[in-house]
Amino acid sequence: MIYDIALAIDYGYAARSDRSRTLMRLLPPDLPGAQTVLSRRLHIDPAPDERRDWLDFFGNATTSAVWHTPLNALRISVDLGVERLAPPPLTDLSPALADLPAALAAVRDLGARSPHHFRRPSARVAQVDAIETFARALAGPRDTVIETVQSLGHALHAEMQFDAAATSVETGPAQAFAQRRGVCQDFAHVMIAGLRALGVPAGYVSGFLRTEPPPGQPRLEGADAMHAWVSAWTGPATGWMAFDPTNDQWAGLDYVVVAQGRDYLDVAPVLGSLRSAGGQVSRHSVDMIPRAD
Amino acid sequence: MPRSLSRLDADLFADYRRLSGVADELFDAEGRMRPVWQRFVHRFARLSPDEIASRFERGNHYLRDAGVYFRQYSADPLAERDWPLAPIPVILHEGEWQTICAGLAQRADLLEQVVSDLYGPGRLVADGHLPAELIAASGQWLRPMVGIAPKGGHFLHYLAFEIGRSPDGSWLVLGDRLQAPSGAGFALENRMATGRIFPERFPRAHIHRLAGFFQDFRAALAGLSVDGGAAILTPGPSNDTYYEHTYIARYLGLPLLEGEDLLVENGAAKVRTIEGPQPLGVLWRRIDAQFADPLELNADSRIGTPGLVEAVRQGRLAMVNALGTGVLEMRAMMAFLPRIAQVLTGQPLALPNIATWWCGGEAERRYVQQNAARMLIGPALSPDLPFDADGASPGLPADWSEEAGARFVGQEAVALSTTPAWVTEDGQPLSLGRVEPRPMTVRVFAARTPSGWRFMPGGYARIGKAGDATALAMQKGGSVADVWIVSDRPVPNLSLRPAAGNAFRRASPGVVPSRAADNLFWLGRYVERTEDAIRLIRAYHTRLATTDNPADPLLRRMEAFLPGHGIDPGQPMPDALLARIGAARACAGKVRDRFSVDGWAALVDLHRTAEETLRAIRPGDDAARGMSVLLRKITGFSGLVQDNMYRFQGWRFLTLGRALERADALATLLIALAGPDAPEGSLDLAVEVADSTITHRRRYAVETSRESVVDLLALDGDNPRSILFQLRVMRDQAATLPGAMENGRLAPLSRALVPIEALVSVLAPAQVTEARLRRLRRDLARMSDLLTDAYLR
Repeated sequence: MIYDIALAIDYGYAARSDRSRTLMRLLPPDLPGAQTVLSRRLHIDPAPDERRDWLDFFGNATTSAVWHTPLNALRISVDLGVERLAPPPLTDLSPALADLPAALAAVRDLGARSPHHFRRPSARVAQVDAIETFARALAGPRDTVIETVQSLGHALHAEMQFDAAATSVETGPAQAFAQRRGVCQDFAHVMIAGLRALGVPAGYVSGFLRTEPPPGQPRLEGADAMHAWVSAWTGPATGWMAFDPTNDQWAGLDYVVVAQGRDYLDVAPVLGSLRSAGGQVSRHSVDMIPRAD
Repeated sequence: MPRSLSRLDADLFADYRRLSGVADELFDAEGRMRPVWQRFVHRFARLSPDEIASRFERGNHYLRDAGVYFRQYSADPLAERDWPLAPIPVILHEGEWQTICAGLAQRADLLEQVVSDLYGPGRLVADGHLPAELIAASGQWLRPMVGIAPKGGHFLHYLAFEIGRSPDGSWLVLGDRLQAPSGAGFALENRMATGRIFPERFPRAHIHRLAGFFQDFRAALAGLSVDGGAAILTPGPSNDTYYEHTYIARYLGLPLLEGEDLLVENGAAKVRTIEGPQPLGVLWRRIDAQFADPLELNADSRIGTPGLVEAVRQGRLAMVNALGTGVLEMRAMMAFLPRIAQVLTGQPLALPNIATWWCGGEAERRYVQQNAARMLIGPALSPDLPFDADGASPGLPADWSEEAGARFVGQEAVALSTTPAWVTEDGQPLSLGRVEPRPMTVRVFAARTPSGWRFMPGGYARIGKAGDATALAMQKGGSVADVWIVSDRPVPNLSLRPAAGNAFRRASPGVVPSRAADNLFWLGRYVERTEDAIRLIRAYHTRLATTDNPADPLLRRMEAFLPGHGIDPGQPMPDALLARIGAARACAGKVRDRFSVDGWAALVDLHRTAEETLRAIRPGDDAARGMSVLLRKITGFSGLVQDNMYRFQGWRFLTLGRALERADALATLLIALAGPDAPEGSLDLAVEVADSTITHRRRYAVETSRESVVDLLALDGDNPRSILFQLRVMRDQAATLPGAMENGRLAPLSRALVPIEALVSVLAPAQVTEARLRRLRRDLARMSDLLTDAYLR
């Protein structure tokens, strides 16, 4: 399936912001066997005085932009053509939850996809007792890791309600879980906290979700903006598997990955430092349309 | 008792006993006094208790006068504590010291190899010599730094090692400090203070000097910064060792910067100065790496500089030490270093580290569990020494579990050696003290130089408060002693000789960071505002004390206009005055490295007097007298600034701030008290508040008239308390600021000042109307904006 994706983000600054520096993680990577990027373009207006592109530690395409003069407004737009390949049928070759520590101990690797990065609390996903208790109640030691991922994602989807007004980008998983409400970022953070508490390495994926569903299927939550879901390491045979707790399903043909990391902060689409006294407003919109062939 | 001691004054050392099971610095294993101590002890023991007390007092005096302090983390983030000097030094022979340094040089090279592997090829993890889980769990292994080769080729440039002597007499490394090691500046002060306590030529002539170490380090920094300046990056005044940052900056002649002072442009780090961005080639950072860049490291950091990692990535900025080297500090690292030394160098560690087991491994976990009673078990990732603050305790911790093993290390509970310490009971005078054995550790500083690792010869030992090692931390009442490395022969006396040739370039004193200039400008303004308020309040209470008429029109007039200054006439010590003094002190506190110790002390004294001593003054005479006290103190500060402060650009900003504020205050005063409707006595009051009573009598020899008062306080260019005088000060200072001329034309600030000064200089008193004064005040506010735009952003 080939998608055309268009993203636009607009910022307006109440006070002119002096010497802004921004990091963007908006360009999807090629993922062998999962997705191929056919075309990608990142346009920044006004054009920055400095721009650099590199791959960060986790392999995400990162762009830094610097303006030497003050900004009133900023528009970032991305146009993409991405082919998403059908995932192989799910075969559960993952170890039992109780056997995962031994599997992890055998991994002598600190590369971008090493599960070791994703085991501990991270900047935006603290250890949360309530989530740990919830997760433990669901998981049996002889359940496979894949079963565990699926049952936790399913349970969270049932437990929590999608509510765009309940949280902000700063909300942590403890609060989102306490109020049982939030958006895709909150669902993902809560699930990551739960998986890590069970000893399952878990990370955060940002990306796009098909805007209009295939005929006869319901529209998915989170398709109007950039989406987020969870990636879990399920053992040496099956590796990383992606689950979307907001929509209670494995992230398959409808999903395009942009960036992966330990939590939101590692993949934040736009991270800025603006020396500005005033507030800022932003809008953002996404369209992801299957290409007619 | 050993013979060598029995000849000494037995009282002083009567309580000194080598404790069983631990080594001692004074006595060797056979109970003989170590030769290196003998002559010192011999002299010391001859002193009378009173002589000893007065010598120790002299040392403490020195430290107080020098303003040495550290911060104790407590409820009040700015609480300062006197430096806790232990007066008796620790004495080591240079031969023993050389052996220690040789072992530490090997360790420093090993650490460099480990950290360059962790940020490079990752062989140690891939080959199983370091557990991936442990490195990944460390908050100090900074992923954005992976793959970045440090400018200059090395990660480590400046290290400290905490070492201790074990019961068998050999030395052990207890901890490696490479994030932002502190203490070297305090070591210099320790040495200055002990020099006051023990001034005798012997042993002084035999003690290795500290200065050479700093010379070499300074030259090494200069060598790293060929394409820009060198500077020190501090987290700021609320850090526990901020004093040392200011001290070292002054000692080495390097600018002391905060994150806000830096910007990164086109991949290069620069300092924001009043002369525009200036290139920077090397930063000796005293801030923890993760706070250095909120954009790529810890997003919550408020003390960092966005883009700093970018400057490092571009190879444009050298960091001492490289960002991310803190990963080596975690306790668990000690469990692996002995084996890594074998693997990488084929040699064992010449100086072993404290035996450590990481409980993430099954065998190690079992071993620690079985031997818990003789272990200190604590957090694996913590950089703290085994017995320090959050430290470990003997036996299994409460939250110990099989699964949580990776969070813990066990470390052998070593009994540290003891050293003589002067001990008094709480509240006892120094003269009643005794010499008793106390546990100690030595901090050894090392700097990379082109010719290898250079070690600071002594200077810093931590002495425990009580008999056991758990009380070593200063935060828990421990103290710090000088360490003398003593030679058999006199050592050459090299104090800080001028650096030869191109080894070192002093930063131009003209380069003032914009933030510092901003704080100085506002310091000037707040000091002047404070003085103005004190004079107004004093005048009010003097009047209150001399009239029994509550409806006195002049009092009424003052009660009407004081609130316009934010001053509540009903409060003898108005909150507004305390706020101004506090604001002045806060500004000064941010630029303490640019002040004399006395200037700072004067400001602190002013603050304390107003806050404490005079808090409860009563209206009338009492308040008037209190204000006079404050006035003397603030003019003391102003005098120090005027007389002692070097005329660098920063001083000009302070002066501009004062002049602007004084001109404004005079205009305000004339509006309030020299108008046509002003009640009788107003003009005298105005002259009094402006401290010009005597001058007025001299100049005019008549009673005050509107003309004479306006002439004196607005138009007389010879009266420092006139508007014209202050405008001229501003004009003159502005003309010497950087960029005062742009292509042969005056820059905006001067361009705006010149016509105002010219206008005021030709006015006649009658033309100084209220409307004109109000316009002048608006013009002054505009000057402040122009100055800020041009220099302080």
